[in-house]
Amino acid sequence: MAQGIDRALVRKVASLARLDLTEQEAEEFTGQLGAILDYFNKINLLDTTAVEPLAHCLPLTNCLRDDQVGTCLQPQQALANAPDRDGDFFKVPPILDEEAGP
Amino acid sequence: MLDALLQMDCLDLAQAIKAGRVTSLEVTRATLDAIDRYNPTINAYLTVFHELSLDRARDVDRRIEAGQRLGPLAGVPIAIKDNICTTFGPTTCGSRILANFRSPYNATVVDRLLAADAVIVGKTNMDEFAMGSTTENSAFGPTRNPWDRDRAPGGSSGGSAAAVAARMCFAALGSDTGGSIRQPAGFCGVVGLKPTYGRVSRYGLVAYGSSLDQIGPLARSVRDCGLLMNVIAGHDPRDSTSVPGAFAEVEDMLEQLDTPVSGLRIGIVKGALDGADIPVQRSVAQAIDVYRDLGGQVVELQIPALDYAVATYYIIATAEASSNLARYDGVHYGYRSPHARDCLEVYTRSRAEGLGKEVKRRIMLGTYALSSGYYDAYYLKALKVRNVIRQQLSAAFEQCDCILMPIAPTTAFRLGQMVADPLQMYLADVYTIPANLAGIPAISVPAGLDEHGLPIGLQIMAPAFCEGRLLRIARMFEAATGWTGLVPTGLES
Repeated sequence: MAQGIDRALVRKVASLARLDLTEQEAEEFTGQLGAILDYFNKINLLDTTAVEPLAHCLPLTNCLRDDQVGTCLQPQQALANAPDRDGDFFKVPPILDEEAGP
Repeated sequence: MLDALLQMDCLDLAQAIKAGRVTSLEVTRATLDAIDRYNPTINAYLTVFHELSLDRARDVDRRIEAGQRLGPLAGVPIAIKDNICTTFGPTTCGSRILANFRSPYNATVVDRLLAADAVIVGKTNMDEFAMGSTTENSAFGPTRNPWDRDRAPGGSSGGSAAAVAARMCFAALGSDTGGSIRQPAGFCGVVGLKPTYGRVSRYGLVAYGSSLDQIGPLARSVRDCGLLMNVIAGHDPRDSTSVPGAFAEVEDMLEQLDTPVSGLRIGIVKGALDGADIPVQRSVAQAIDVYRDLGGQVVELQIPALDYAVATYYIIATAEASSNLARYDGVHYGYRSPHARDCLEVYTRSRAEGLGKEVKRRIMLGTYALSSGYYDAYYLKALKVRNVIRQQLSAAFEQCDCILMPIAPTTAFRLGQMVADPLQMYLADVYTIPANLAGIPAISVPAGLDEHGLPIGLQIMAPAFCEGRLLRIARMFEAATGWTGLVPTGLES
């Protein structure tokens, strides 16, 4: 299987992606990601020496606009979907350990 | 019996409404009746705007009666895929994480439809965040294929395709990242167009793979696809990847639609049909004959880099997805887990509980492909292969005006058939993915039925910004065969 995709690597990638995986998901993904990455490796058969990477297909470069004042979302609109809020602020649980202090 | 009104196409209907031969209210009521009748089993719509659309229909009728000049979609009931933002109703993307999300703004395409006086009747079901080829990855249950309810409508715009096929709207918008307009259009027997990348504004389209995503129409005729393109295409200052109109070969897609392309050169890719089922192969062979009879000339093409398209696409699309979907963190909007004890758990648990399995799988793949140590081998390499694919397609278009291909190796999958093996599902996108990687327009046109009575779609691809010619070529096929506009056999049962 490709690059030794094991449970520990799947856990590491999940942590990078900020995803909690169940044991069952971790096991399932270990097998599936290994098989899919094996398939992905086929791109190495194509010689791309001297080929530039293509990030997009647009015939455009540097799309700039004039710096003009326009309308934007009002605070109440921006906050309307917030799962939790405090006045005009989005509210989340403490980020820092209280004992450790800032 | 199906209401005869519901069989009209958008162009005829808008003209009939403007001329006062029929009211938008009658048509909208008939559409809502069809939705009430079929949607409980088909599940094409996640949200239906009963009151809102009747109000809007009345308003259209009132303005016509007052002698006002209305837009090209006057009073025509249209559906919108649920990853396109509307200030009315939720915009869920088929995901639990956005189940209660209400957009503070309209997508540009929605504003354009409203400015054209369309009646937006509802938001359609889809694979979660447009990731999938069956619409089974929706958090709100699968959509069923109107031709056979034990089969998938395709995906990810399966709700839009099923709604158009089952006469629950006259046309719909979908989005296509790797085939998500064309494949469900093919599986449901309707016409679906993926425009050139940059031709239609993505402002207000919830992002999946930003360098690949494009909004386009699903309709029951080639002509209606042209009509919808006339409404939705064009430069939008709010989307810096939308291109100025001057790039387009023609602005008005309808003007020359019925003029056949003379001296047409049809490209066929050597070996491309090998993996397709026999009825699908036969449909392409028949299409070649149709074009030959119309004076077309066949050119055989070699495009070897297409062998790498599926792998290249799934690396780039999942990498972009892993980055785009980082925004679903339970902080600013969307679902937040009630079990989170600290800020990190707000992210990890909200995402764990709010996202479905296919979305997690793609986030994992993309995160891996972008991670330190693997970036060069996967993501960077895939961008180079993408360039080769694009160059080879450009070279192919030096020899031909369009390329014919199947839409998929098979007709509609059975529900559940693709669930266990994600790689098999990815591989079935082999024919649609190249157009996204190269940013070129491609259309799915109905090309008959297989031995089970299921629709087969024919794909036609054209060079960038040549939608006008692509639609003319598709119209030639439509006019010669009469395969578009078929009513699903299972509709009355």
